[in-house]
Amino acid sequence: MTISRFTRRAVMGMVAAAGLAAPIAAQADVDLSGKTVEWVIPFSETGGSAKWANFFAPLLSQELPGNPTVVVKFMPGAGSTKGANWFQQQKNGDGTLLFGTSGSTQFPYLLGDPRVRYEYKDWNPVMASGTGGVAYLNAEDGKKFDGSANNLKDTDFIYGSQGATRLDLVPLLAWKMLGMKVEPVFGIKGRGDGRLMFERGEANIDYQTSSGYVKGSADLVAEGKAVPMMTWGSLDENGNIVRDPTFPDIPTFKEVCEATDGCETSGEAWDAWKAFFIAGFPAQKIAFLPAGTPQEVIDTYVKAFDAVRNRDDFPTISSKRVGKYKVYVGDEAKAAVKTATTVPDSAKAYVKTWLKEAYGVELK
Amino acid sequence: MTALPALGEAWGLILQPIVLGYLALGVVMGLAVGVFPGLGGIAGLSLLLPFMFGMTPVLGLALMIGMVAVVPTSDTFASVLMGIPGSSASQATVLDGFPMAKRGQAARAFSAAFASSLFGGLVGASFLTVFIVVARPIVLAFGLPEMLMVTVLGLSMVAVLAGRIPLKGIAAAGLGIMIGTIGEGDAGGSLRMATYDIPYLTDGLKLVIVGLGIFAVPEIVSLLRQDSSIAKGASLGAGWAQGVKDWFANIWLSVRCSIIGVIVGVIPGLGGSVVDWIAYGHTVQTTRDKSNFGKGEVRGVIGPESSNNAKEGGGLVPTLLFGIPGSGSMAIFIGAVALLGSGDIEVGPGMLKSNLDLTYAIVWLLALANVIGTVLCIAASGGIAKLTTIRFTYLAPFLFMLISFAAFQSGQNFEDLLALFAIGLIGIFLRRFDWSRPAFLIGFVLSNPVEKFTNQAFQIASFRFRHGMSDGLHYVFSPIVIVLLIVTVVSVVLGIRQARLIMSEGEVQSGAKRAPLVFLLVIAAYLLTAVINASMIPDYAMTDKVIPLAVGSVSLLCCLVLLAQMIRRPEGDVIFADKEIAGEDADAPYGLWGTLAWFAALIAATWVVGFILALVGFLVAFFRIRAGAGWAKTLILTAAGIGFMCLMAGALNRDFPPGLLQHAYDLPWPLK
Repeated sequence: MTISRFTRRAVMGMVAAAGLAAPIAAQADVDLSGKTVEWVIPFSETGGSAKWANFFAPLLSQELPGNPTVVVKFMPGAGSTKGANWFQQQKNGDGTLLFGTSGSTQFPYLLGDPRVRYEYKDWNPVMASGTGGVAYLNAEDGKKFDGSANNLKDTDFIYGSQGATRLDLVPLLAWKMLGMKVEPVFGIKGRGDGRLMFERGEANIDYQTSSGYVKGSADLVAEGKAVPMMTWGSLDENGNIVRDPTFPDIPTFKEVCEATDGCETSGEAWDAWKAFFIAGFPAQKIAFLPAGTPQEVIDTYVKAFDAVRNRDDFPTISSKRVGKYKVYVGDEAKAAVKTATTVPDSAKAYVKTWLKEAYGVELK
Repeated sequence: MTALPALGEAWGLILQPIVLGYLALGVVMGLAVGVFPGLGGIAGLSLLLPFMFGMTPVLGLALMIGMVAVVPTSDTFASVLMGIPGSSASQATVLDGFPMAKRGQAARAFSAAFASSLFGGLVGASFLTVFIVVARPIVLAFGLPEMLMVTVLGLSMVAVLAGRIPLKGIAAAGLGIMIGTIGEGDAGGSLRMATYDIPYLTDGLKLVIVGLGIFAVPEIVSLLRQDSSIAKGASLGAGWAQGVKDWFANIWLSVRCSIIGVIVGVIPGLGGSVVDWIAYGHTVQTTRDKSNFGKGEVRGVIGPESSNNAKEGGGLVPTLLFGIPGSGSMAIFIGAVALLGSGDIEVGPGMLKSNLDLTYAIVWLLALANVIGTVLCIAASGGIAKLTTIRFTYLAPFLFMLISFAAFQSGQNFEDLLALFAIGLIGIFLRRFDWSRPAFLIGFVLSNPVEKFTNQAFQIASFRFRHGMSDGLHYVFSPIVIVLLIVTVVSVVLGIRQARLIMSEGEVQSGAKRAPLVFLLVIAAYLLTAVINASMIPDYAMTDKVIPLAVGSVSLLCCLVLLAQMIRRPEGDVIFADKEIAGEDADAPYGLWGTLAWFAALIAATWVVGFILALVGFLVAFFRIRAGAGWAKTLILTAAGIGFMCLMAGALNRDFPPGLLQHAYDLPWPLK
């Protein structure tokens, strides 16, 4: 298989080189046979979004009519803003272009980053999937944790962070609401580096997304080197935060907050946290078709993704590769995108003020 | 520990005809990709990804490892042949490998390099077999202060490579660091010498572009001006057997550099960027007669090449043990492993416990891939070395084509080409006035780690000191830090003493004051602007400010001292080194600007009609006008160039730089 597909592409390249390749006219009924679907990811080859797209691409290829080759392309730059700005300009709605965003694309949009020249409302979501997150402490401070943060307020915590305006906003704001003193060390390149810092004892608090926790940190917990503190939780049908199905034994931030003196699960801080949590986790990664894509093309993709998630082996293969979280398609995906990209102005204002006061970050 | 039975099982897995077949296939693909400068393993692995889904694990691993393992071997072709550092693994190979090619010893340089690569790969694998089961605590012992010290050790190699005037070397390294800080700060997100109106600059410049610009562009332009072949006199001297003998004569150097490679490779977060410089520095310091370095000393090829394949083995440790990729290709590797089989194999802490046999299979597949790759490369090297006898005017347009394409792949922006041209200009003048280009590149490569580790180590150290003096001292001055500190000091002291003997630019004559003085003032002006720019970053973002401010000021100070010296010293002093006074460049039949204009024209035409159409025009015009070829030859060469470009890009699924035409009309690939 490998040899033949490689050769085929090489031959295609050669044919094109000789100038014999003719453009294939778009057809009325959606049939993608012989075409190549480009799935553009605005991050580098090395990140979680790459993993996510690479997992779905071959499955999608099997389910789309005509079994087109689905290739994942990477367009990193400016923390995904560059790729998203580019996608905003794309008009080819023939189903050969797909775009994948992540929380890092959503956050600058929500915070009004001046570089954002894209508008989520213009795009056509076809699939969305989420993840969760777990915060944990080192063994020493873990002993002081009793389901509330009351005994942790006097400890100085250090945390390896990728940046306050990224997904790290969610844990940093949560710890702040609990009254903990957490000093972020910025400039970490991925959560794996953060975990390594924690393992070396340089950091004494850390958080990982679900897959990162299961793969790396759960072992630390088993060895007694780390103590899980809380998950961000998961959303039920009514939009309430409930325990994360992947970690039913770990309390949610909501529970810890309720148990901690001075932490409120209502009011502007809570609303802001919840809004950014929803934008960053339950609908973290979304696949879009460009603005102006005809409805039949959208329907084709929704059907294909629906078929992917209904494969008999999907629960097994997906839980190992991207975590066992819900995959939304069609209208559910639309609804997920709506919640993920709609944050009340008051929440935005609260977060912006906090970012400025705590870290001097100004978005203008 | 069940290491021995697992090792046996690993060999059982590997020694199956089908596994070896897949490995060989991966190696061949890796060699093909590695010849392309700047693409390296990332492009190759991404190409393989779609096929990994559900593949039998050991077959998929064989294919991927075959491809990754040989990239640092095959990119030697570009570094030796054309002075193009194909990847960060071959930066130091250029210094002596390319002069060897110029002396007609390309085949000797190749085989010495490949023999060293092979040996390094095998040493790396043997070392890992023992080391991997005990490596975890050692890797964890490397905290931020330790990593900072390794980076500083890498930077200290500037002392060896500074050239005849140490201050010029320091200023060049400082300039490299300053160019490396352009863009958004990692820690606080402040902009340095960039604006949001030019989004390209906010991401900073990529290593590929700077490497190509600093080394490849000046060499291509210089050779093109001389209108001869790469190997002077168009004769090939010593063949490949000599290179293998050279390697064997220096086997202990090869051993030491391999071990350096493994150890530095093991440290996560540093990866390959420093290892070949440390190996090169070590080679220089342990060689009695230093006068040939930079002019084609075979030891200067053996050292770095032994270390860079060993490093690939070392890089597996953080990848397999912690799930933290040591390089971009390792990151894709991790992702791809998760797609294999039923998805049970998780790269990370669990790997040693549950899949020790597979871990060993990976280590030894890497070693075997090195063997296959080396044999193929040595077999090919005699033929490829003949390229150095071709009149360079026939090679140059293809090289411009290759480096433009490679530069574009790094960021897929048209600006990549402009950046290549701009950095190329800097490289041309650094070369002309004998400012150390290696020092500049070391500065650039280590700019980000220096800044990151300094800030993070400082932040954590001050946190520890708040807890107590002894707590803080214990953190900052760990035994590893102290050892590295001593090594660094020794290497700086030795390096400064030896630097005068090593002329990485060859002999350079000195001449009048004006041109070198103007160049110094331009550099000083840039540094001053950058320092002022950094001083305007608000204080709360201190982390983004302190390195550009400190490094910029030191470099500026060096420039001022140099300025004073230039004013006081007479014309003809060594400080006024200028390649346009005498030697190859001065005697060249073609001028600098006329030659550079061809490259500029290719970029300008790309901006209008896109890369492929521009390339057609460029190749035809170049062969007809500059090379004076007949129509038949011109058309055949042009078709071959375009065909090769499309074949490679098509196979790797890559796009070409679009122009205004492409924005206005939707054209089919490859014109897209």
